[in-house]
Amino acid sequence: MSLLEVVDYSLAFDGFEGTHQVLDAIDLAVDVGETVGLVGETGCGKSVLAKSLLKLNDIPPARILSGSIRFDGRDLLALDETALRAIRGGGIAMIFQDPMTFLNPVFSIGDQMAEVIRARDRADNRKRGARDVRAAAAALLAAVRLPDAAALLDRYPHELSGGMRQRVLIAMALAGHARLLVADEPTTALDVTIQSQVLALLADLVAAQGLTLLLISHDLGVIGALCRRIVVMYAGTIVEDAPAAQLFDRPLHPYTQGLLAAVPDIGRPERRLAGIPGSIPNLLAPPAGCRFHPRCPLAIERCRRERPALRRIAAGQRVACHLAEPV
Amino acid sequence: MTALVEAVGLTKHYAVRHGWRRHGALRAVDGIDLTVPEGAAVGLVGESGCGKSTVARLLLRLVEPTAGTVRFAGRDITGLDELGLRPLRREMQLIFQNPHAALNPRRTLFASIAEPLVIQAGLGGAALRARVEHLMDDVGLPAQFLWRYPHELSGGQKQRVCIARALALEPRLVILDEPTSALDVSVQAQILAFLAELRARRGLTYLLISHNLAVVRQVCDEVAVMYLGRIVEHGPVAEVFAAPRHPYTRALLAAVLPPRAGALPTVALAGDPPSALELSRGCRFAPRCPLAEPVCRPTDPALDPVSHDHRVACLLARRAPASPSTA
Repeated sequence: MSLLEVVDYSLAFDGFEGTHQVLDAIDLAVDVGETVGLVGETGCGKSVLAKSLLKLNDIPPARILSGSIRFDGRDLLALDETALRAIRGGGIAMIFQDPMTFLNPVFSIGDQMAEVIRARDRADNRKRGARDVRAAAAALLAAVRLPDAAALLDRYPHELSGGMRQRVLIAMALAGHARLLVADEPTTALDVTIQSQVLALLADLVAAQGLTLLLISHDLGVIGALCRRIVVMYAGTIVEDAPAAQLFDRPLHPYTQGLLAAVPDIGRPERRLAGIPGSIPNLLAPPAGCRFHPRCPLAIERCRRERPALRRIAAGQRVACHLAEPV
Repeated sequence: MTALVEAVGLTKHYAVRHGWRRHGALRAVDGIDLTVPEGAAVGLVGESGCGKSTVARLLLRLVEPTAGTVRFAGRDITGLDELGLRPLRREMQLIFQNPHAALNPRRTLFASIAEPLVIQAGLGGAALRARVEHLMDDVGLPAQFLWRYPHELSGGQKQRVCIARALALEPRLVILDEPTSALDVSVQAQILAFLAELRARRGLTYLLISHNLAVVRQVCDEVAVMYLGRIVEHGPVAEVFAAPRHPYTRALLAAVLPPRAGALPTVALAGDPPSALELSRGCRFAPRCPLAEPVCRPTDPALDPVSHDHRVACLLARRAPASPSTA
């Protein structure tokens, strides 16, 4: 059964200049234990989609135009704030690019960890003393491989490095026993050697705790390292969804092909990089038909008129392109 | 090839104070020797805080060195005052990471590109207009953009404007400080191809500062790797990336994630780099080095040649077999 099921979900933002059509008919199902990467360039809607899963986009200016989001069989869009609070952290946990923004600078790490642990205890109708909560917090920090966890509880966020802060946020996600971890660019602000540490940690946690992972990144290397399945977004639409190896070996959507041709690969320096001409469309007035058609080298008349549906083309591979042939 | 830029013993220490008490010195750049041959593209890589941007500013005399000398085209420019530097300013230009911040939002593109021509070359009227139009054409922007403001342009277009402005005075040296880090990969590929073509056409010399090793591999002939204020390895880019000799270079390369499925990096380095305020005696990398031996603690290794044009600052480099990169 799907843990997460997004069906025909469209979202717009109302602004002074008009309505930005930010997400257009998103269809995405994630099964228990899957590791799914959501990849795309600036403004493709990947972060807005991630926030939608926890109803974190403010309404207004956001407006849901259509669709539903189900988590563990429950319709998230129908839930009230109290019920949502139980899902946030308890069912779905989220970590972000800049951990400093999500840690309170005036409370110690221990205080902030305790808050999450107590919230979980309340949900489980469990009571424990301050000492036990502190011990649980230290255990969680040790689980994310932070050295000297007990001493860290009395430190403040500014005393920690970026990599350590990101681990603290991961520990908080574990504290709520979340089943789905949504990680939005978790290593983008980190140096590469620290990035490997955090990615290795995430991979181990996913395997050891049976977490389902939705990883959002612009970096195909990060996505490829952690995810078995990759979903490619462009201008608010899903253009391709495929098993990771298949997507890298045989991308079927012209945008995915363009993206892969543009990424420098340190193992293949002789390969000439090709950019994608043009720039991303203005979502105030997205192109009719396929949103990628103005930049697509293969576009035909039909692409200008008719929006391509996300069709199953091969085993596990869905593509939104009129020209994609079954293989 | 003759050296266009030659830094010897270049050092920048920042005094750090707590209240009125002198706390110590932050050794941002600590005695580096770096030669950039005329017509070459040299990459300067390293993680945040290693001092690579400070090196760029020292070479351009934008910050005053604590010690050491900089020679530009054979001439010692360390002692020159602002007036003496002014004619040299047109020979060396800097392009920044964030094109959104590098352009004045209240000026048209014409005004931004024309400014150096007015100040340095004394151009005006039709000659100025023609020169600016020529530069716009050179960087692939249409002439009607001249009267636009930065907010009307995409990120890639803004970076092209910054390149046009840097080229206005026909510099010999262009220092590029993370020129594509703020851009999407499809745009990055366009800018990288453009920078390579520009260098070939104009015989420019590049110093490219980047944390992205795949970009450096694509653009540069030589690479210098920095760690905590020191250059630890310097050599031809193909040789250094294929057979890195310094353990830090190896760790950096192992952390690069190629755009492929299932390539989780091995965690080559534990922990965070130490603060530049608390440097250990001896080799700075020794506390994190997987190969460190007792001899590394008291002895500060010099950047010694291991082959004709490949230099490494590691006492063990001569002994340790050169292992091919795993990337």
